[in-house]
Amino acid sequence: MVSDFAAVAVFLGLGVGFVLITFLLAKLVSPSAPNAIKNSTYECGETPFGSAWIQFNVRFYIFALIFVVFDVEAVFLFPWAIAYRSLGLFAFVEMLVFIAILIFGLLYAWRKGVLKWY
Amino acid sequence: MDTISLAFYALAFLIIAAAIFVVTSKNIFHSAIYLILALFGVAGIYVLLQAPFLAAAQVLIYVGAVSMLMIFAIMLTARIADQTIRHTNEQVPTGLLVSLGLLAVIVYSLWQTPFAISSDPMPEGAGGTLGKLLLTQFALPFEIVSVLLLGALIGAVVIAKKDSVRREPEAPMTPLPKSAEKVAG
Amino acid sequence: MLELDKLVKLVGDGIEAVVTALGLGPTWVTLVQLIVAALVVVVFAALVVLFLVWWERKVSARFQMRLGPMRVGWHGTIQTIADALKLLQKELITPANVDRGIYFWAPVVTFVAAMAVYVTVPFGKGLIVRDLNIGILYILSITTFTVIGLLMAGWSSNNKYALLGGFRSAAQVVSYEVPMALAIVAVVMLTQTLSMGEIVSQQAKFYQWYIWRQPLGFLIYLVAATAECNRTPFDLPEADSELVAGFVTEYSGMKFAMFFLAEFLNMFTVAAIATTLFFGGWNGPFLPSWMWFLIKTLAGVFVLMWFRWTYPRLRVDQLMSFAWKFLLPLAFINIVLTGLGIYIFRP
Repeated sequence: MVSDFAAVAVFLGLGVGFVLITFLLAKLVSPSAPNAIKNSTYECGETPFGSAWIQFNVRFYIFALIFVVFDVEAVFLFPWAIAYRSLGLFAFVEMLVFIAILIFGLLYAWRKGVLKWY
Repeated sequence: MDTISLAFYALAFLIIAAAIFVVTSKNIFHSAIYLILALFGVAGIYVLLQAPFLAAAQVLIYVGAVSMLMIFAIMLTARIADQTIRHTNEQVPTGLLVSLGLLAVIVYSLWQTPFAISSDPMPEGAGGTLGKLLLTQFALPFEIVSVLLLGALIGAVVIAKKDSVRREPEAPMTPLPKSAEKVAG
Repeated sequence: MLELDKLVKLVGDGIEAVVTALGLGPTWVTLVQLIVAALVVVVFAALVVLFLVWWERKVSARFQMRLGPMRVGWHGTIQTIADALKLLQKELITPANVDRGIYFWAPVVTFVAAMAVYVTVPFGKGLIVRDLNIGILYILSITTFTVIGLLMAGWSSNNKYALLGGFRSAAQVVSYEVPMALAIVAVVMLTQTLSMGEIVSQQAKFYQWYIWRQPLGFLIYLVAATAECNRTPFDLPEADSELVAGFVTEYSGMKFAMFFLAEFLNMFTVAAIATTLFFGGWNGPFLPSWMWFLIKTLAGVFVLMWFRWTYPRLRVDQLMSFAWKFLLPLAFINIVLTGLGIYIFRP
């Protein structure tokens, strides 16, 4: 079973190797003539001003926060989903309670207007 | 040395090296990326411990969600991303003392703990046994998890509300205000 | 018949014989076999992408009553090879203000994440590198690295378009990841396993396909998968009219090509997962199994291309509210309905 994951390691290693070799090949056959203007940041032909590392809108953070909650929940649902069929009514009710609590949270966020991007 | 030990030492080296880079990197975004590498290495350790489900959960939650949250938090902080940060301050000796003490406690407790190693065969399939236990023996903790998640969600909403009160006038389709250079998205 | 599993077995045995003859143990045999398998997958991925790019251009052209590429090769068949060679010769520009380390590794992470999925994709009978027992969950988790690649590319470019494109893309991908995972949860309730190989073998007959029991789940998956691939109508991250090229703005030559490769590979991946979960995988009469897999998967890819020329692009707020206010509740309803159905029709 653990040995199955050796395949993952080999794939990751070989994938990295493939990309690096391709880059090396490209480096060998492609021209290289850098100059100050070519290497400047692309801003549709205007002279770029300032750094791009600006302060971002908070909504990205809020959505990421909500995403973490639902991601954790989805991970919890996977083992439940595998076992569900072999268990009876109790499992069904339990799942309903679990999902209902989270739907309540979703509705709360919705009502408070947090799920609005603007 | 067998393959498993070899893999373990390789992963341990990866995790420790990445963790050292997390705390020594001068750029906070680089720290975040190294942290992702360290967390991925931990998933590898879970695989070696024959807990592939846990490994997948580790990657899904920590690499996929938590690290992204951290990166967004970095971008939320004004102009921190291109700044070189200082790591050392006057508290170095004290900090060293505290961490060495903590290390001693951890090493001592690891030394003293009789680790129970089960000789039972591994349960077939992934996650199924876990799911059964979650729905029978550990039904209450399972439900409490959803309450915990609800708490986290409400917390997120509260943070969001506090912010949007401050910036209510920003309408979707109006031209960007003068401060557009600073707040974008 | 043209079944490839015999060939795979033959090659595997051949490697075993050669490696053992060299006096190396079984660990080395497995390692060499895996390396060969990974090489085959890389070559396959490259070929698939070459084909898909040509096909996309042809399909797009037909939708617009054009001919598409016609010059290089018969009906432009080797046009993409010419394009790839051209890209290889393009200068690799590293702009002065980028964060070099992260800028360099972003395409690597993106491509490797797209490729590593194929460890456990069942291409045909006996054609699966490793049937991992966490199969579908492995695929979901390894693809999260795509998001990390996006963020790395967007941030390291130090370009406003790239940053906005990368971060928007990340926000979009994760928003649609939740309904996608929940749609898959509903399927797992029926399959009782995460292993891709077993899911396929449960759908041997046409009427056993999970699409018949999960129509709603499939629709949720389809929409979420389209968004995950950043395809129209969800192609905001690369909305060229506002964000130039999004997170790839500062990339050129082969570095750009890696993102492109990963993008098309992801398109094939989501179609392959749909085939496995909902359309019986490689099961089918008469034709060899791998051919059925290819036919079904390419049909799925065609649907994605069809979307592109049918729907206009969504606005960013519509996109987010669609994921959270429509798809997510729908996915919950789907899970509850599936649970109810299993409980009622339990034998």
